[in-house]
Amino acid sequence: MSERELRIEGVTRTFPGQGRAAPTLALQPTSLSVAPGEFVAILGPSGCGKSTLLRIVAGLDRPSGGSVTLGGLPVTGPGPDRGMVFQSYTLFPWLTVEQNIRYGLRERGLPEAQQRGIAARFIARTGLRGFENHWPRQLSGGMQQRCALARALANDPEILLLDEPFGALDHQTRELMQELLLEIWDDPEAAGGRKTVLFVTHDIDEAVFLASRVLVMSARPGRIKAEVPVPLPYPRDWTVKTTPEFGALKARLMADIREEVRRAADAGA
Amino acid sequence: MQPLKPVSPGARLVLGTGFFGVFIAFWGLMTWSGLVPPLFLASPSKTLLAGWSLLTEYGFAGDIAVTVWRVFGGFAIAAALGVPLGLMMGAFKGVEAFFEPFISFARYLPASAFIPLLILWAGVGEAQKLAVIFIGSFFQVVIMVALVAGATRPDLVEAAYTLGSRSTGILRRVIIPAAAPQIAETLRLVLGWAWTYVIVAELIGASSGIGHMIMDSQRLLDTGQMIFGIVVIGLIGLATDVLFKALNRWLFPWAAL
Repeated sequence: MSERELRIEGVTRTFPGQGRAAPTLALQPTSLSVAPGEFVAILGPSGCGKSTLLRIVAGLDRPSGGSVTLGGLPVTGPGPDRGMVFQSYTLFPWLTVEQNIRYGLRERGLPEAQQRGIAARFIARTGLRGFENHWPRQLSGGMQQRCALARALANDPEILLLDEPFGALDHQTRELMQELLLEIWDDPEAAGGRKTVLFVTHDIDEAVFLASRVLVMSARPGRIKAEVPVPLPYPRDWTVKTTPEFGALKARLMADIREEVRRAADAGA
Repeated sequence: MQPLKPVSPGARLVLGTGFFGVFIAFWGLMTWSGLVPPLFLASPSKTLLAGWSLLTEYGFAGDIAVTVWRVFGGFAIAAALGVPLGLMMGAFKGVEAFFEPFISFARYLPASAFIPLLILWAGVGEAQKLAVIFIGSFFQVVIMVALVAGATRPDLVEAAYTLGSRSTGILRRVIIPAAAPQIAETLRLVLGWAWTYVIVAELIGASSGIGHMIMDSQRLLDTGQMIFGIVVIGLIGLATDVLFKALNRWLFPWAAL
């Protein structure tokens, strides 16, 4: 199990205005702590600043105020302790599937035999066996994202940051990917136990199905508007989506989100 | 015909060679019929004969070899210096801010206008010929490589950062491989331009090379030889282009070029 707690304290983000335009407040002061091994979904309408928050945790964006700490140490930039999967396809097109998965291990200077061993494990885990030597452009969108997930996991990060990783996939593929992600996260044989996951999405079903806690964000400027624990026990499979408990949680979140989407639409977003 | 509908490789070959046929037929029609007098334009058959005598009697193969060596020599020096500088400019905005304004200015300096100066500095030997091609190619290579490297997808760079890369890792294992196929395409283009510079360089103060032969033939009013020389340049250009393209496809199988 990852040992360190992630703390987000009073983080804000203001984007400077273009030319004479006023600066845009994207994120109101936001505080949040995520315990090791927790699966937290951040749910919100598009443009609410949820991706900005995730990018700040990743160190790819700097907060305008507040701080992010991991185990008490401030986050000052991106690092391999926080793996990320993006919504866009970010496999390196000049590397094969296997080489992509080994990328972070090679950057760390691991011996090649060890790199190959780890890569083989995650290739098997994400069902990419037989595609080791394919170029990314030869893979479907779902396979590319499985490979991106394998690449992030092979690096053994403490925290997995997922920025709408399945957002570009069709509905059926997305549901399969959600189950695969839960299986990997909940794998009792995984060394180190469950990883801490921060999952950004605008899909209510996805948030409820995956997370142990859902944070609802308001329309821009974003803030955490509600916090909804999901008491459904793990392991979960697709049948959980048909239970009344799931339906009740979904109804509650839908009401929250609809209000925000409407506000965003009124604001002209 | 439908817009944007691809044609089969066979049809492409027939159509592509077909226009060469049309072109030569038109050329023949104009010259064999006497419409254009031979003083101004030699017929296709005269041109071939002139080429044959050039190759067998006047050692034209040697001129071709000299010209090819000058093109590739000058181009290789320009690429060896221009690609690294362009990469640094593309990757590091401070480096770009330092060099970019000067190089944007320098690339509009016409290489041929330097020939009199270069003759003064370097004489009429090989160094002068290489220098003309270098001046003509170097600044173009730098600017275009900088543009390609600077256009590296930012999400790939970010992904590499989250996988533990640092500045040198980003440059060596993201920016360079991402830019490589387009850099190769840039070099292919610039090599084509280098052919025009070499001929200009050989028209003035040269004692060998295809350009020199064309200049000599003008004195003798031998349009057949002149046209043959020009056609040879075209053929070599076409051949290097095809080879370069094949090389790029072989080097970068991951990029759908």
